[in-house]
Amino acid sequence: MNIAVLSGKGGTGKTTVSTNLALALQANYIDCDVEEPNGFLFLKPSIEKTEQVMVEYPVMDDKKCVACRECIKVCQFHALAKVKDKVILFEKLCHGCGACKIICKYDAIIYNQREIGKIETGQTRNIHCSRGILNIGEPMAVPVIKKLLQNISEGNYIIDCPPGTSCNVVNTLRYVDGAILVTEPSEFGLHDLKIAVEVVKMFQIPFGIIINKDDGKDNIIRQYCKKENIQIIGAIPYSKEIAQVYSKGDILYDHFKIKPIFKKLANRSKEVLQWN
Amino acid sequence: MKIAISTTGKNSDSVLDMRFGRCEYFQIYDTKAGKIIILENKGRLSSGGAGIAASNQLIDEKVDVIITGNLGPNAFELIAAEGIKAYKCKSIAINSVLEKYNNGELEEITISGPAHHGGHN
Repeated sequence: MNIAVLSGKGGTGKTTVSTNLALALQANYIDCDVEEPNGFLFLKPSIEKTEQVMVEYPVMDDKKCVACRECIKVCQFHALAKVKDKVILFEKLCHGCGACKIICKYDAIIYNQREIGKIETGQTRNIHCSRGILNIGEPMAVPVIKKLLQNISEGNYIIDCPPGTSCNVVNTLRYVDGAILVTEPSEFGLHDLKIAVEVVKMFQIPFGIIINKDDGKDNIIRQYCKKENIQIIGAIPYSKEIAQVYSKGDILYDHFKIKPIFKKLANRSKEVLQWN
Repeated sequence: MKIAISTTGKNSDSVLDMRFGRCEYFQIYDTKAGKIIILENKGRLSSGGAGIAASNQLIDEKVDVIITGNLGPNAFELIAAEGIKAYKCKSIAINSVLEKYNNGELEEITISGPAHHGGHN
């Protein structure tokens, strides 16, 4: 069972929910927020393995290239340009699709590889943890996310998604059986939640909502869920105590007063997401 | 000589578009042939690499001079490598842009403006 934790709006508590639910459910943890992976700050696993993530990019053989421009025309990402009868590459725009190599009649293009990020794997408290790290300055996160999720073995995984609803999130959802949407009772929280709900519905997987920083009232999130017939998994109260534990980098699940909240969320998640 | 100006419209009273990669049109003034070419900017609607797409079009047209508001880093790199001169101008009518250029009143662009990233990939 792979469960994605996403939100739409950033800063609603995806990592808080993911890390604590991973511990409560004894599920493995994967941090797919590769632009700013912060789950390991809380879980503090011992890193056992670091792998490179490589992408392919074209290299022009200037002796064979006749600057016919066919590769420039076929490139959907405008990664190629001709200057002074030489084709040059803007490597950060290249998606490594291979179209330029296929179209080239002069066999002037070969593919090389370069590193865009890393994957770290380790253990903590009997759960397996992994995370992707996109190198600074790299714009494309999807290859790192794909490598993280392609070869996951049998078992249960909590997958901490990137914020938003862009390609990075869509690619993560391709690998999951259920989703938890974390939001907060604010206008922005609701606005972005609606977009996230639309994305998750496209995958036809069971999903439910966790309301973070909850005021306990019949707020805009509860009203929306009732109207749209979306299941609420539960809520995390708006509390100074929770913020204090979090700000120290401690695990909320270790705190005797907060632990029951996550125990309850874990059980309800199993119910709503039809785990087992 | 061919002078390309990023513009918001197709006429001589249209104004200069401050954006290079995402401008609506390029008006190319061929001073030797006494012709004006109106080019639709193909890069305008692309999710990324707009500046490169726009540069590719102008390099194909073999222009000698570009007048625009700002050039992003990728477009700047291409245009500098191709040896095309680029000049900075405000958003004024194309007639006045040409007048200022002919009077040598325009400042040459020697560094790129900030990068804009289009859509997500």
